Amino acid sequence: MKHIIALLLENEAGALSRVAGLFSARGYNIESLTVAPTEDPTLSRMTVVTTGSDEIIEQITKQLNKLVDVVKVVDLSEGDHIERELMLVKVRASGKDREEMKRMAEIFRGRIIDVTDKTYTIELTGTGQKLDAFLEALEEGVVLETVRTGASGIGRGERILRI
Amino acid sequence: MEITGAEITVRCLADEGVEYVFGYPGGAVLHLYDELFKQDRVKHILVRHEQAAVHAADGYARVSHRPGVCLVTSGPGVTNAVTGIATAYMDSIPMVVLTGQVPTHAIGQDAFQEVDTVGITRPCVKHNFLVKDVKDLAATIKKAFYIASTGRPGPVLVDIPKDVTTSRCEYVYPESVHLRSYNPVVKGHSGQIKKALSLLMEAKRPMIYAGGGIILGEAAAELTQFVRSLGFPCTNTLMGLGGFPATDPQSLGMLGMHGTYEANMAMQHCDVLLAVGARFDDRVIGNPKHFFQEDRKIIHVDVDPSSISKRVKVDVPIVGDVKDVLAEMSRQLAAGALKPDVAALKAWWTQIELWKARDCLKFDRTSAIIKPQMVVETLYRLTKDSDTYITSDVGQHQMWAAQFYKFDKPRRWINSGGLGTMGVGLPYAMGAQLAHPDANLVCITGEASIQMCIQELSTCKQYRLPIKIVNLNNRYMGMVRQWQEFFHGNRYAESYMDALPDFVKLAESYGHVGMRIEKPADIEPALKEALALKDQLVFMDFVTDQAENVFPMVPGGKGLSEMILV
Repeated sequence: MKHIIALLLENEAGALSRVAGLFSARGYNIESLTVAPTEDPTLSRMTVVTTGSDEIIEQITKQLNKLVDVVKVVDLSEGDHIERELMLVKVRASGKDREEMKRMAEIFRGRIIDVTDKTYTIELTGTGQKLDAFLEALEEGVVLETVRTGASGIGRGERILRI
Repeated sequence: MEITGAEITVRCLADEGVEYVFGYPGGAVLHLYDELFKQDRVKHILVRHEQAAVHAADGYARVSHRPGVCLVTSGPGVTNAVTGIATAYMDSIPMVVLTGQVPTHAIGQDAFQEVDTVGITRPCVKHNFLVKDVKDLAATIKKAFYIASTGRPGPVLVDIPKDVTTSRCEYVYPESVHLRSYNPVVKGHSGQIKKALSLLMEAKRPMIYAGGGIILGEAAAELTQFVRSLGFPCTNTLMGLGGFPATDPQSLGMLGMHGTYEANMAMQHCDVLLAVGARFDDRVIGNPKHFFQEDRKIIHVDVDPSSISKRVKVDVPIVGDVKDVLAEMSRQLAAGALKPDVAALKAWWTQIELWKARDCLKFDRTSAIIKPQMVVETLYRLTKDSDTYITSDVGQHQMWAAQFYKFDKPRRWINSGGLGTMGVGLPYAMGAQLAHPDANLVCITGEASIQMCIQELSTCKQYRLPIKIVNLNNRYMGMVRQWQEFFHGNRYAESYMDALPDFVKLAESYGHVGMRIEKPADIEPALKEALALKDQLVFMDFVTDQAENVFPMVPGGKGLSEMILV
């Protein structure tokens, strides 16, 4: 099952490699990993999307907690949470495809952020599933390039991750 | 007054109460060595290879319950040290490793003797630091000692670039450390402890399985009291030997791949298992699927939450310091009305006695060739009433030492359990001998293992370390040979060494005493003679039976009760 794990870690050189190294050394999956500093410049926040049985997820959170640079670990999937990912897609947009492409972007609430005679670059935000659905909906061969940030997650309502 | 980073480092060690630094100099650490030279609070032990520096610091830590300290130079100094660091990491040994690094401006330039030390060692340390500013140096070293010796201990590495050792700042050694991201749990949850106790009291076939955590957590006295007050059987892992007295009637000896028949059978057939400071590793419980063919409840006490429910699912997890948890268990037991089921326990012991009667450690005592077991047994008989520490290398001799030397006290048995590093025995003995200069230090080894750090005979001469080396020489890498005999159709691929040195002459050339013992009748006189040579290292080369195997044996992938027996 897919889990979204949120971490607060010391904003120090090497902290990211400790987390990444842990996943590869112990053979855990990483679907995506994002990291950036928080409003407190001494802390970074990381979101890791991973898959595994309950036992494996339990080990992942325990092993992450054991890293000296990791301050807090929460498995967001244990409760209500919001997941968002940003995707930029460059698509072929010429001839009859041009209008169709604009309509598709609107349906998915994407925004066209760069335009040439032959291409559009579309910005799209949502859950990973929604981004997948958008790519599925496009005709074969129109996608020239995609880039995705990986998911960021936050708890709903009063659920807060801070120190 | 501002002083240099080199002086700060050495003063930190002195203020931390460090007695010995094991190391080897080189370009990146020259300033540090210069400062060591100028003072006499911290003594330096010069080894002959960096791997041995780390093992010796590790051995010192294992016998003394204080973090071991070593110092190596950048590049090859570090890569040579990696085996030692990984060995300590696998056995959770508190250690601070100081490494030289190229100057900060040269980092990343493929400079002479540069390696990414923090990157290379990251998977085999509890934590590591690269100090880029001399102002952070003292606080980092303090943190290193704190992290290394608290919670589940482990090696911590501090990488110090050469320019940091020459930069200057004020020296203040912090009194204490607080890390918001590192707070090891000490107290066990009292509700969980209560639950564990009532489960233990309901048990018809209880079993206590104690690991290296008992030794590391200084909990042998608490464990012994608890086990004796209950009358339950207790087994120790390879790392936990001495945690519960081996000569106590409640001891079933070691369990696992080469554990006793009674310990493994009791593990397999118990209905409530209390695991303390142990981690259900593959050499201990065999195939976990087979282990779970029997239904039993498991209580697991460990300071490291990630050790719990890693290889086996447990019913009552207790995260906490084993010493604290065992003391609390004894307190609750004394205060409560709960008592063990005496009738059931009696029947359980009757069963265990039947397993014991299988006499699984028997060997041919009439052989005309020296049986290695006989050497260990004789050594035990001659040294059991004296202040003696045993180190071993890795292989058959290690298992015979663990089976036939009855350890009644903690920290007396020093070996590489987790990583299984050949070559540790002699440097372990060096570190241990320095910690206990008046004790007997015996290194039980084999002719293959001892050659992996043989150069340290020179270090032993320099510091007059009167270690007694018991070399069980069967001309084979015995454990490899045993597996080849059992599982590879007697094809002894590369496990025989054709050209061994004359160990007597070798020892003599290093300035030590050498002995060669070929007949069973000579075992005892030779050991007595060697032990009487209080001020000298004696290398005893015992010519042993080439065909001897270690029994019982649980083959890899098999269940605990599927032992091969003699």
